Amino acid sequence: MLRESQIMKIHYMTGIAALFVVAVHILMRLVMPFNLSLEFDNVILNYHNLPYAVLLESILVLIAIHGFNGLRVILLEMRQSRGWENFVTVVTIVAMMGVIAYGTRTIIVANGLSLG
Amino acid sequence: MITVTETIEKIERLDKKRAKEHVGKEILRSSITLKVFRANRAVGEAARYDTFEVPVQRSTTVLDALLWAKQNTDHSIGIRYSCRMASCGSCGMKINGIPRLACYTKMSELEGSTITCEPLANFPHLRDLVTDFSQFFAHHKDMKPYIQNSDADLDASQITKLSEYLQMPEDVDRFLQFSYCIKCGLCYSACPTVAMDIKFPGPQALGQAYRYFADSRDTAPKERLDLVDEKHGIFRCHFAGSCSTVCPKGVDPALGIQLLRGHLLGFSKNEKKVAELKDRSKA
Amino acid sequence: MEVYDRNNREGLKGWLNPGRYGWERVSYWLQRLTGVGLLVYFVGHVYETSSLTQGFDAWNAMLELTQTPLGHMILLLVIGMSTFHSANGIRLIFTHGGKGLGKPGRPDYPYDPVSLNYRQKSGIWVALILAAVAMLYGASVLFGGE
Repeated sequence: MLRESQIMKIHYMTGIAALFVVAVHILMRLVMPFNLSLEFDNVILNYHNLPYAVLLESILVLIAIHGFNGLRVILLEMRQSRGWENFVTVVTIVAMMGVIAYGTRTIIVANGLSLG
Repeated sequence: MITVTETIEKIERLDKKRAKEHVGKEILRSSITLKVFRANRAVGEAARYDTFEVPVQRSTTVLDALLWAKQNTDHSIGIRYSCRMASCGSCGMKINGIPRLACYTKMSELEGSTITCEPLANFPHLRDLVTDFSQFFAHHKDMKPYIQNSDADLDASQITKLSEYLQMPEDVDRFLQFSYCIKCGLCYSACPTVAMDIKFPGPQALGQAYRYFADSRDTAPKERLDLVDEKHGIFRCHFAGSCSTVCPKGVDPALGIQLLRGHLLGFSKNEKKVAELKDRSKA
Repeated sequence: MEVYDRNNREGLKGWLNPGRYGWERVSYWLQRLTGVGLLVYFVGHVYETSSLTQGFDAWNAMLELTQTPLGHMILLLVIGMSTFHSANGIRLIFTHGGKGLGKPGRPDYPYDPVSLNYRQKSGIWVALILAAVAMLYGASVLFGGE
């Protein structure tokens, strides 16, 4: 098991790293008119771009870890029984993995999709 | 080295500055309505608020007003107090919703015609304005609030050695302000994490953990860091700063906690200058 | 470990009234709120973008649902929340490491805490202002038209 200081170092590092990758993700919506950037073909083209797909995957992983660890901290402060603490740890890890898996599926499938 | 004259001049400058800020802010009244929380947990008495009309003067403190009400109106008001000069930390309570020392809070600095006095939050309630401090002291004790030094000569027969640990003023300054803690519990009452987390040691205990960590006579810094590196330890502090806002002695526990965390995270170097044990008899 | 008494703990009410203790407490409260808000948005966003895998029609149906004035308002809020959370988070990483807080010394009247200094207060204000600016820019993009 990780020590709390190690978990929080991961929390801080994922936060800082996420800042950069999310900034790029948001800026990609501004390289063309906003509504145009959301059209099916343009979005699929993004997913076909391998570096961008890697960027999306990294956002997924970093934000999932940072966000669900933050939720774990909030929930741990709310109640302090052994059962609750184990429940919170398990649920946040499962939720983290679930969201990463679901998002990765989207990236992989979209990467394989042809243009409409 | 700051001289006495410089200190007096500084206080006079600050007094003038505060006088300018407080002109119009000092609220002078001839009487006040004191609203006091009343409940006796031991007999299961339901909580209520009793009001008292209390005459006040310019220098009347909340403690003065409570004791006047206790002496002249209702002798049964339960209240803890001792030194009446912000030195013992006994009279901590919530005054108009903020944890303060009753002896250190003047009526003239409080707004409104009704002053509400309630027991400190986050402490088990006993009666009226009195709360139970045993959890608070237990958290403090968990931090091992004493110098740990395996080299220290504790054998009484060695007393003739006259040994002492040398500390320069700079070494003392590293922990001095944290040693001024009077354990009044105001910081514990203000802390948002303590409001929910019963296992969190609280700002007072963590501040004292830093006090001993930073002391050059202590040779167990790693053990002190390990003590707070827990699920409900130092990382449940989020620097809301409320502890330092309410501290009446300038201890600034938030500073101590962040500095300790800096050492734990590696932001600050962990090599510690350890005080030299000098055998004075061999000077 | 003793079983500690919850008696008289402020509980959630202790979190919900941030105005009593100054700007640092407000920033703590906002950091928590924006964090939870962003997590909820993140999960929703991962779900809504998965409609891409169901093809052109599913994606457009999702866009019809989200590219509405209400959807844009929510997105504006997300922009503000993420900007504040990021900027304040960077400030907090430094302060949690003990940087930017001043040095311990000899407390003197009026015993103002050295850690709650102008650097912290201005950091909080910068985060709020950046969030406002980001929201204004976002509004100009979302509502301003191409």
